Amino acid sequence: MITLADQLLVLVLLINFISLGTSRLMFSIRAVAAQGVILGILPGLIHPFSWHLVAITVVILAVKGVIIPMMLGRAVRSAEIKREVEPFLGYVPTLLLGAVFTALSFGFAGRLPMLAEHQNYMFVPASIATLMTGFLVLTTRRKAISQVIGYLVLDNGIFIFGLLLTEAMPVMVEAGALLDLLVGTFVMGIVINQISREFSSLDTSLLTSLKEE
Amino acid sequence: MYAALIILPLIGAAVTWLIPFDRLRPKVLSLFTFAHLGITIQMLSFTPPQSPGGWFCLDALGKIVLLSTSVLFLFCALYSIGYLFYRRERSNRVLCCGLLVCLSAASMVTITHHLGLMWVALETTTISMAPMIYFNRNARSIEATWKYLLICSVGVALALIGLYFLAYATIVARVEPSLLLDDLIRDAGKLSSGWVHAAFVFLLIGFGTKMGLAPLHTWKPDAYGEAPGLVGALLSGGLVNLAFLALLRIYQLSLATKEIMFFQNALVVMGLISMIVAAIFMARQADFKRMLAYSSVEHVGIMAVALGLGGKAIFGALFHILANGLSKGVMFLSSGNIHRSYNSKSTDHVRGALRRLPWSGGLFLAGFIAITGSPPFAPFISEFTIVSSAFIQGRMLVGAIFLISLMIIFIGMALTVLPMVMGEVPADSETTSYRDTIYTVGPPLALLLLVFLLGVWIPAPLMTLLNEASALLGVPQ
Repeated sequence: MITLADQLLVLVLLINFISLGTSRLMFSIRAVAAQGVILGILPGLIHPFSWHLVAITVVILAVKGVIIPMMLGRAVRSAEIKREVEPFLGYVPTLLLGAVFTALSFGFAGRLPMLAEHQNYMFVPASIATLMTGFLVLTTRRKAISQVIGYLVLDNGIFIFGLLLTEAMPVMVEAGALLDLLVGTFVMGIVINQISREFSSLDTSLLTSLKEE
Repeated sequence: MYAALIILPLIGAAVTWLIPFDRLRPKVLSLFTFAHLGITIQMLSFTPPQSPGGWFCLDALGKIVLLSTSVLFLFCALYSIGYLFYRRERSNRVLCCGLLVCLSAASMVTITHHLGLMWVALETTTISMAPMIYFNRNARSIEATWKYLLICSVGVALALIGLYFLAYATIVARVEPSLLLDDLIRDAGKLSSGWVHAAFVFLLIGFGTKMGLAPLHTWKPDAYGEAPGLVGALLSGGLVNLAFLALLRIYQLSLATKEIMFFQNALVVMGLISMIVAAIFMARQADFKRMLAYSSVEHVGIMAVALGLGGKAIFGALFHILANGLSKGVMFLSSGNIHRSYNSKSTDHVRGALRRLPWSGGLFLAGFIAITGSPPFAPFISEFTIVSSAFIQGRMLVGAIFLISLMIIFIGMALTVLPMVMGEVPADSETTSYRDTIYTVGPPLALLLLVFLLGVWIPAPLMTLLNEASALLGVPQ
């Protein structure tokens, strides 16, 4: 089953590039939702069956695959914008940077000592590459929604790493982290609504009234 | 006992949410924060035993932060009775409810020894404060809220991956996989240094962002500038200390590993950069709330430098948690009053505050004298301890940069504060309905008295507490 997990992680990496390369916001949101669904399936592939596991899978699928994408989709529709325009850095350069970061994260993971069982699998490099991708989206895009998408990709990266740690992380804490993500995205969605109402645009580069003269 | 500290504010949050009257809500809020302080004092005097499993444990470090947070929340809640009276035009339901949720999460941060749970609680405080920064509902406050929410959430997320690295280090080392502080400290020697080093980098960036250490402070001036005064007080006197407590926990852990030198040096460098940045941006600052934000950047810098220096300076850092938290309360609450009265936070319009508002203006001036480290106020003791300890340790350059920054900041802040409080009120100044009342002046006055009292006399139990806490951070007694 672990090989299947590895193949799914390759898919996660491909989705990273989709979120870096697309300008259509709805498409981006769907890509992140697909990533969330994969993350929901992964625990089932690397741990033996238990009802506990089923519960976790359902919660992750619901939060990352359905609820958060729905909230973002609603924000996009109510703001009536479809595309990310003029990112701070063009699509081709960000894709290239994304490729460089992915390569670097494989190098980084190779230098750190790993448990023999995890040695041949991609959890650590995939996690760090996804984290870097999220960071890249976050810093190069102008629209508030794109930035939230970047935050979610970054969080997915952290989540992949968390899959290695089921013994160390109690369920309570995992659930708390997920709840924080959900509420955080919800609040961000509200702020996005207010931004679009106040500025008639979701362009965060218009948010410049607060700075040092 | 532990449960009461967390559940009581949550009950309060539910109650304030259900109350339909804006006038009643701040009073209920005060009642619950008062009860919270009662439980806090009870727990400080009779420390409850560690909970089974070791998740909850109130040690000396937690006690100091819990005490300062609880006191600050009480006075801010009392202040809200007077303040929200002047903001009757909008509902205060979200504000009052959010404050209590934040208090509950803040208590959780101080009493838990499970780093994962501490992270969850810390992120909860970040999110629960966001709607309050947006209290004024205008374009500027949206911008501030957006920057705050995004930068702090991403920062705290980076801290989470740092914690994951730590947990993985325990798995790789084949010790009991855990994120309990006590387990980690016990097994620290066996952990692989590669993972631990990577973990400390991410944790420092993550908690440093939340604390507002330069160069990760960019959200701070906006958030503090646009938030209502009492929210600014809680951010700069409360949340900052919680993030600092998280750094203290990591410091405790680093003492047991080989990474302590790296961690200390990083803290000193980031702390000094914060002080220098504050000194640069404080000069000619025309917005007095933004000025206070840079003052907060300065003081988190002071705490970071002190922690990085180690030894006697640690005592200064711990005392500064209280001194800075309470002084920031005085400054932000009185500045909120001045803002209400002039309906402006620009020093172009605000002149002669001592004439117009003798109490608030006087408190603002006294707060300025306290926060810049002048005797006889508490920050003087902590700053003096830190700087003398730097010179005793032979860190001449650190001590010199520290002192010069303090001096420039004093001058920069004086150039903003003195014209505000002195002189005549401009003839074209807007007249507002704001008047100093017992509710808007009493809380900052009480805080100032506490800052003064701690400056001239440290009670014996507090002294014991500070010494116990320094011992936890590796200071030989």
